[in-house]
Amino acid sequence: MTIHHHLNDDLLLDYAAGTLSEGWSLAVACHLAMCPQCRDQLALAEATGGALLEELAPVEGPADSWEALKTRLAAAPQDKAAPVARPASATIPEPLRSYLGGDLDTIKWRNLGNAKQVLIKTGDPTTQARLLCIAAGKPVPEHSHGGRELTVVLKGSFHDEVDRFGPGDIEDADGSLTHQPVADKDQDCICLAITDAPLKFSSRLVRLVQPILGI
Amino acid sequence: MTHRTDAAAPPTETGAQIVAIAARADMAAFEALFKDFSPRVRAYLLKLTRDGQAAEDLMQETMLAIWRKAGQFDPERGQASAWIFTIARNIWIDAWRKQKRPAFDPDDPALVPPAEPGAPDLLERKQSGAALHEALKTLPQEQVELIRLSFFDEDSHSTIAARTGLPIGTVKSRIRLAFGRLRAALEELK
Repeated sequence: MTIHHHLNDDLLLDYAAGTLSEGWSLAVACHLAMCPQCRDQLALAEATGGALLEELAPVEGPADSWEALKTRLAAAPQDKAAPVARPASATIPEPLRSYLGGDLDTIKWRNLGNAKQVLIKTGDPTTQARLLCIAAGKPVPEHSHGGRELTVVLKGSFHDEVDRFGPGDIEDADGSLTHQPVADKDQDCICLAITDAPLKFSSRLVRLVQPILGI
Repeated sequence: MTHRTDAAAPPTETGAQIVAIAARADMAAFEALFKDFSPRVRAYLLKLTRDGQAAEDLMQETMLAIWRKAGQFDPERGQASAWIFTIARNIWIDAWRKQKRPAFDPDDPALVPPAEPGAPDLLERKQSGAALHEALKTLPQEQVELIRLSFFDEDSHSTIAARTGLPIGTVKSRIRLAFGRLRAALEELK
């Protein structure tokens, strides 16, 4: 798999610093699962966090800080490596598979015409996450974004006014982009999309049914 | 009791201490690690929470987690300080911000493995604590400050924007530039 669209450094640093909220982090984590190169970059960012931590001026705490911790240690057994049940193979990577409650074959899609989708519940009230499946060769209606949209391709590919996006690629779109993603002809395109504002569709008809379809 | 108070980086034996904690619940190693790192972990959490009691509580949680999870630390795969940083960060997200931080699973069958398994070795050498401290020294003060704020401020973009009067977009591109400079400085060191 050759990935052409990687995490930009402000997403990477926000994720490494822990300041990126859950919804966006879900997209970042899915890209990381599919992109060894960005995993190396994350390791570098976290190593930088560690180096900066070492350079901080020490702040002394209460005199009994160590004694208090030692008392708690007695009741804190060390973690034993607990075996985690994992399937032999999967299409959708973690952490998304757990959010969906299963792999691709267990998804209950909701039909939207050229595309189908499933809304994903997260604990992040500032974003909406959804899994989209765009039918091979079909476009989704042209839209712009009231805010930001992060899209990670999991399977197949699409192209829009910006470029072509294949498995693992991430597109970071802001309010200034109006695009019409079209799935490539060879297969359906499945992607994870995170938004922080309703999409603004160019077509009046689509805008009319938007609330009914939940898009 | 006494703590190290010099500003020099903690000793490189931290990795060995964590391994000893995992291997034999080594209390002396853990006490040494506590003395080295707890004042800095506390400083980090104080910056994020601006609350002394919270910083103390979260530092204690971090140290407990280091004790419990010591067996998960792999000295071959990364720096001890980076590992301690990620534990403190995750405790802060979980216990203070009450949020989740979705992360990939390194053993997931759907994870795409690296093309060349040999490559990370070079990367690790470049990410050694010494190389990073050295690279940070070569950066202009202003750029180091931007990177530092990215890690030590809950909403670094807004904070920097408010302080400097720059638009958020400009702040983001400056942070990107600063991190790019750090990466380039590490390249030059190798």
